[in-house]
Amino acid sequence: MLMSLILQQGPAETTNYMVFGYVIIFGSMLLYVISLYLRQRSLKQDLTLIEDLQEGQV
Amino acid sequence: MGPKPRLLTVLDVVTIIMLAIATWMVFFYAPMEAVMGNVQRVFYFHVAAGWVGMLGFLVAAGAGVAYLRTARRKWDLVGLAAVEIGMVFAFVNVITGAIWARPIWNTWWTWDPRLTTATIMLLIYAAYLMLRQGIDDPDRRARFGAVYAIVGFLSVPLTFFSARLFRTIHPVVIGSNQPGAEGAFDMTPLMLQTFLFSLLTFTIIFADLMWHRLRLGRLADEVEQKKLELTV
Repeated sequence: MLMSLILQQGPAETTNYMVFGYVIIFGSMLLYVISLYLRQRSLKQDLTLIEDLQEGQV
Repeated sequence: MGPKPRLLTVLDVVTIIMLAIATWMVFFYAPMEAVMGNVQRVFYFHVAAGWVGMLGFLVAAGAGVAYLRTARRKWDLVGLAAVEIGMVFAFVNVITGAIWARPIWNTWWTWDPRLTTATIMLLIYAAYLMLRQGIDDPDRRARFGAVYAIVGFLSVPLTFFSARLFRTIHPVVIGSNQPGAEGAFDMTPLMLQTFLFSLLTFTIIFADLMWHRLRLGRLADEVEQKKLELTV
Protein backbone atom coordinates (compact mmCIF):
# COMPACT_ATOMS: atom_id res chain seq x y z
CA MET A 1 0.00 0.00 0.00
CA LEU A 2 2.77 2.44 0.93
CA MET A 3 4.60 1.62 -2.29
CA SER A 4 1.54 2.46 -4.35
CA LEU A 5 1.23 5.74 -2.42
CA ILE A 6 4.88 6.57 -3.12
CA LEU A 7 4.63 5.76 -6.81
CA GLN A 8 1.56 7.93 -7.33
CA GLN A 9 1.80 11.34 -9.00
CA GLY A 10 0.31 13.57 -6.28
CA PRO A 11 -1.02 13.20 -2.74
CA ALA A 12 -3.48 10.33 -2.22
CA GLU A 13 -7.17 11.22 -2.23
CA THR A 14 -7.93 10.56 1.43
CA THR A 15 -10.25 13.48 2.23
CA ASN A 16 -13.14 11.18 3.23
CA TYR A 17 -11.01 9.59 5.95
CA MET A 18 -10.00 13.02 7.24
CA VAL A 19 -13.65 14.10 7.44
CA PHE A 20 -14.56 10.84 9.19
CA GLY A 21 -11.73 11.37 11.69
CA TYR A 22 -12.82 14.90 12.55
CA VAL A 23 -16.46 13.84 12.88
CA ILE A 24 -15.31 11.31 15.51
CA ILE A 25 -13.10 13.88 17.29
CA PHE A 26 -15.67 16.69 17.50
CA GLY A 27 -18.57 14.27 17.95
CA SER A 28 -16.95 12.56 20.94
CA MET A 29 -16.05 15.86 22.62
CA LEU A 30 -19.55 17.24 22.02
CA LEU A 31 -21.18 14.09 23.39
CA TYR A 32 -19.06 14.31 26.53
CA VAL A 33 -19.94 17.98 27.08
CA ILE A 34 -23.64 17.15 26.58
CA SER A 35 -23.35 14.28 29.08
CA LEU A 36 -21.81 16.67 31.64
CA TYR A 37 -24.66 19.13 31.10
CA LEU A 38 -27.39 16.47 31.37
CA ARG A 39 -25.90 14.95 34.53
CA GLN A 40 -25.59 18.40 36.11
CA ARG A 41 -29.20 19.26 35.24
CA SER A 42 -30.43 15.97 36.66
CA LEU A 43 -28.49 16.48 39.92
CA LYS A 44 -29.81 20.04 40.30
CA GLN A 45 -33.36 18.74 39.88
CA ASP A 46 -32.66 16.10 42.55
CA LEU A 47 -31.25 18.75 44.87
CA THR A 48 -34.28 21.00 44.44
CA LEU A 49 -36.62 18.06 45.10
CA ILE A 50 -34.73 17.04 48.25
CA GLU A 51 -34.71 20.61 49.55
CA ASP A 52 -38.48 20.85 48.94
CA LEU A 53 -38.99 17.59 50.83
CA GLN A 54 -36.83 18.82 53.72
CA GLU A 55 -38.88 22.01 53.95
CA GLY A 56 -42.04 19.88 53.95
CA GLN A 57 -40.69 17.85 56.89
CA VAL A 58 -39.99 20.99 58.89
CA MET B 1 -22.57 23.81 44.47
CA GLY B 2 -22.01 27.55 44.18
CA PRO B 3 -22.55 29.69 41.10
CA LYS B 4 -20.21 29.17 38.17
CA PRO B 5 -16.92 31.03 38.88
CA ARG B 6 -16.10 33.90 36.55
CA LEU B 7 -12.67 32.38 35.90
CA LEU B 8 -14.31 29.17 34.64
CA THR B 9 -16.40 31.18 32.16
CA VAL B 10 -13.20 32.89 30.98
CA LEU B 11 -11.54 29.47 30.63
CA ASP B 12 -14.54 28.20 28.62
CA VAL B 13 -14.23 31.13 26.20
CA VAL B 14 -10.45 30.75 25.89
CA THR B 15 -10.88 27.01 25.24
CA ILE B 16 -13.43 27.57 22.47
CA ILE B 17 -11.28 30.25 20.82
CA MET B 18 -8.15 28.07 20.99
CA LEU B 19 -10.02 25.07 19.57
CA ALA B 20 -11.29 27.23 16.70
CA ILE B 21 -7.75 28.48 15.97
CA ALA B 22 -6.29 24.96 16.19
CA THR B 23 -8.97 23.68 13.79
CA TRP B 24 -8.23 26.52 11.38
CA MET B 25 -4.50 25.73 11.56
CA VAL B 26 -5.13 22.03 10.87
CA PHE B 27 -7.23 22.68 7.77
CA PHE B 28 -5.79 25.91 6.33
CA TYR B 29 -2.40 26.70 7.90
CA ALA B 30 -0.60 23.34 7.80
CA PRO B 31 0.27 22.16 4.29
CA MET B 32 -1.11 18.96 2.83
CA GLU B 33 1.27 16.03 3.29
CA ALA B 34 2.78 15.11 -0.09
CA VAL B 35 2.13 11.35 -0.01
CA MET B 36 -0.77 10.60 2.36
CA GLY B 37 -2.94 13.57 1.41
CA ASN B 38 -5.61 15.03 3.68
CA VAL B 39 -5.87 12.07 6.07
CA GLN B 40 -2.55 13.14 7.58
CA ARG B 41 -4.40 16.16 9.05
CA VAL B 42 -5.98 13.72 11.53
CA PHE B 43 -2.48 13.40 13.03
CA TYR B 44 -2.63 16.76 14.87
CA PHE B 45 -5.69 15.97 16.99
CA HIS B 46 -4.97 12.21 17.06
CA VAL B 47 -1.69 12.76 18.94
CA ALA B 48 -3.15 15.60 21.03
CA ALA B 49 -6.02 13.31 22.12
CA GLY B 50 -3.52 10.59 23.01
CA TRP B 51 -1.55 13.10 25.07
CA VAL B 52 -4.64 14.22 26.99
CA GLY B 53 -5.64 10.59 27.58
CA MET B 54 -2.26 9.84 29.13
CA LEU B 55 -2.28 13.15 31.04
CA GLY B 56 -5.65 12.21 32.54
CA PHE B 57 -4.33 8.84 33.69
CA LEU B 58 -1.22 10.51 35.14
CA VAL B 59 -3.37 12.98 37.09
CA ALA B 60 -5.52 10.06 38.32
CA ALA B 61 -2.42 8.21 39.56
CA GLY B 62 -1.20 11.38 41.30
CA ALA B 63 -4.62 11.86 42.88
CA GLY B 64 -4.53 8.21 43.97
CA VAL B 65 -1.25 8.77 45.81
CA ALA B 66 -2.63 11.96 47.38
CA TYR B 67 -5.79 10.13 48.54
CA LEU B 68 -3.85 7.28 50.13
CA ARG B 69 -1.72 9.79 52.01
CA THR B 70 -4.48 12.15 53.15
CA ALA B 71 -7.76 10.19 52.81
CA ARG B 72 -9.40 13.42 51.66
CA ARG B 73 -12.51 12.96 49.53
CA LYS B 74 -11.51 15.63 47.00
CA TRP B 75 -8.66 13.47 45.68
CA ASP B 76 -11.09 10.70 44.85
CA LEU B 77 -13.17 13.20 42.88
CA VAL B 78 -10.03 14.37 41.03
CA GLY B 79 -9.05 10.78 40.21
CA LEU B 80 -12.50 9.87 38.90
CA ALA B 81 -12.75 13.05 36.82
CA ALA B 82 -9.29 12.55 35.33
CA VAL B 83 -9.96 8.91 34.39
CA GLU B 84 -13.31 9.76 32.83
CA ILE B 85 -11.85 12.56 30.68
CA GLY B 86 -8.74 10.50 29.91
CA MET B 87 -11.00 7.68 28.68
CA VAL B 88 -12.85 9.98 26.26
CA PHE B 89 -9.61 11.20 24.69
CA ALA B 90 -7.88 7.81 24.69
CA PHE B 91 -10.94 6.47 22.85
CA VAL B 92 -10.70 9.31 20.30
CA ASN B 93 -7.01 8.53 19.90
CA VAL B 94 -7.60 4.83 19.16
CA ILE B 95 -10.52 5.41 16.76
CA THR B 96 -8.79 8.19 14.80
CA GLY B 97 -5.70 5.97 14.61
CA ALA B 98 -7.80 3.27 12.96
CA ILE B 99 -9.24 5.81 10.52
CA TRP B 100 -5.76 7.01 9.61
CA ALA B 101 -4.52 3.41 9.29
CA ARG B 102 -7.15 2.39 6.74
CA PRO B 103 -5.73 4.27 3.71
CA ILE B 104 -2.09 4.11 4.86
CA TRP B 105 -1.77 0.54 6.19
CA ASN B 106 -4.66 -0.79 4.10
CA THR B 107 -6.39 -2.07 7.22
CA TRP B 108 -8.53 -0.56 9.99
CA TRP B 109 -6.76 -2.56 12.66
CA THR B 110 -3.67 -4.71 13.22
CA TRP B 111 -2.36 -6.20 16.48
CA ASP B 112 0.73 -4.03 16.39
CA PRO B 113 2.45 -3.44 19.81
CA ARG B 114 1.38 0.24 19.96
CA LEU B 115 -2.23 -0.46 19.03
CA THR B 116 -2.40 -3.45 21.37
CA THR B 117 -0.96 -1.63 24.39
CA ALA B 118 -3.20 1.40 23.74
CA THR B 119 -6.26 -0.87 23.65
CA ILE B 120 -5.21 -2.67 26.86
CA MET B 121 -4.73 0.74 28.53
CA LEU B 122 -8.22 1.79 27.45
CA LEU B 123 -9.75 -1.45 28.75
CA ILE B 124 -7.92 -1.14 32.09
CA TYR B 125 -9.49 2.28 32.69
CA ALA B 126 -12.90 1.17 31.39
CA ALA B 127 -12.73 -1.55 34.05
CA TYR B 128 -11.84 1.13 36.65
CA LEU B 129 -15.08 2.99 35.93
CA MET B 130 -17.16 -0.19 35.92
CA LEU B 131 -15.66 -1.68 39.09
CA ARG B 132 -16.19 1.57 41.01
CA GLN B 133 -19.90 1.26 40.33
CA GLY B 134 -19.95 -2.05 42.21
CA ILE B 135 -18.67 -0.63 45.52
CA ASP B 136 -21.26 1.09 47.71
CA ASP B 137 -19.09 2.22 50.63
CA PRO B 138 -17.57 5.61 49.59
CA ASP B 139 -14.34 5.14 51.59
CA ARG B 140 -13.74 1.66 50.23
CA ARG B 141 -14.56 2.86 46.72
CA ALA B 142 -12.10 5.73 47.03
CA ARG B 143 -9.33 3.46 48.38
CA PHE B 144 -9.94 0.95 45.61
CA GLY B 145 -9.96 3.75 43.00
CA ALA B 146 -6.70 5.18 44.32
CA VAL B 147 -4.84 1.85 44.28
CA TYR B 148 -6.29 0.89 40.89
CA ALA B 149 -5.33 4.25 39.32
CA ILE B 150 -1.74 3.86 40.56
CA VAL B 151 -1.37 0.24 39.40
CA GLY B 152 -3.27 0.91 36.15
CA PHE B 153 -0.89 3.74 35.34
CA LEU B 154 1.79 1.13 34.55
CA SER B 155 -0.01 0.67 31.22
CA VAL B 156 0.62 4.31 30.25
CA PRO B 157 4.46 4.31 29.92
CA LEU B 158 4.19 0.84 28.38
CA THR B 159 1.91 2.30 25.68
CA PHE B 160 4.05 5.40 25.19
CA PHE B 161 7.30 3.50 24.80
CA SER B 162 5.87 0.50 22.91
CA ALA B 163 6.58 2.13 19.52
CA ARG B 164 10.19 2.63 20.62
CA LEU B 165 10.82 -0.66 22.42
CA PHE B 166 9.12 -3.17 20.12
CA ARG B 167 9.18 -3.86 16.41
CA THR B 168 6.21 -1.87 15.13
CA ILE B 169 4.79 -0.24 12.01
CA HIS B 170 3.42 2.67 14.06
CA PRO B 171 5.45 5.84 13.37
CA VAL B 172 7.19 7.68 16.22
CA VAL B 173 6.56 11.44 16.38
CA ILE B 174 9.54 12.36 18.54
CA GLY B 175 12.68 10.33 17.90
CA SER B 176 13.73 7.94 15.17
CA ASN B 177 11.33 5.51 13.52
CA GLN B 178 11.63 1.74 13.21
CA PRO B 179 12.69 0.62 9.71
CA GLY B 180 9.25 -0.94 9.21
CA ALA B 181 7.26 2.14 10.28
CA GLU B 182 4.61 3.11 7.74
CA GLY B 183 2.95 6.51 7.59
CA ALA B 184 5.95 8.40 8.99
CA PHE B 185 6.66 11.86 7.59
CA ASP B 186 8.97 14.80 8.18
CA MET B 187 7.18 17.76 9.70
CA THR B 188 7.63 21.13 8.00
CA PRO B 189 7.84 24.19 10.31
CA LEU B 190 4.14 24.98 9.66
CA MET B 191 3.18 21.38 10.52
CA LEU B 192 5.27 21.52 13.71
CA GLN B 193 3.63 24.80 14.79
CA THR B 194 0.17 23.32 14.16
CA PHE B 195 1.11 20.18 16.09
CA LEU B 196 2.44 22.09 19.11
CA PHE B 197 -0.55 24.45 19.14
CA SER B 198 -2.90 21.44 19.02
CA LEU B 199 -1.10 19.90 22.02
CA LEU B 200 -1.47 23.17 23.95
CA THR B 201 -5.13 23.51 22.97
CA PHE B 202 -5.99 19.99 24.09
CA THR B 203 -4.19 20.56 27.39
CA ILE B 204 -6.39 23.63 27.96
CA ILE B 205 -9.47 21.58 26.99
CA PHE B 206 -8.43 19.01 29.60
CA ALA B 207 -8.11 21.68 32.32
CA ASP B 208 -11.51 23.15 31.40
CA LEU B 209 -13.27 19.78 31.37
CA MET B 210 -11.60 18.79 34.66
CA TRP B 211 -12.95 21.89 36.35
CA HIS B 212 -16.49 21.20 35.06
CA ARG B 213 -16.27 17.51 36.01
CA LEU B 214 -15.04 18.36 39.51
CA ARG B 215 -17.97 20.72 40.03
CA LEU B 216 -20.27 17.91 38.91
CA GLY B 217 -18.61 15.53 41.39
CA ARG B 218 -19.08 18.01 44.24
CA LEU B 219 -22.72 18.48 43.27
CA ALA B 220 -23.23 14.69 43.27
CA ASP B 221 -21.69 14.55 46.77
CA GLU B 222 -24.00 17.33 47.96
CA VAL B 223 -27.06 15.48 46.63
CA GLU B 224 -25.88 12.25 48.26
CA GLN B 225 -25.38 14.05 51.59
CA LYS B 226 -28.85 15.64 51.46
CA LYS B 227 -30.40 12.26 50.67
CA LEU B 228 -28.73 10.80 53.75
CA GLU B 229 -29.96 13.70 55.91
CA LEU B 230 -33.48 13.12 54.60
CA THR B 231 -33.50 9.44 55.46
CA VAL B 232 -32.05 9.90 58.98
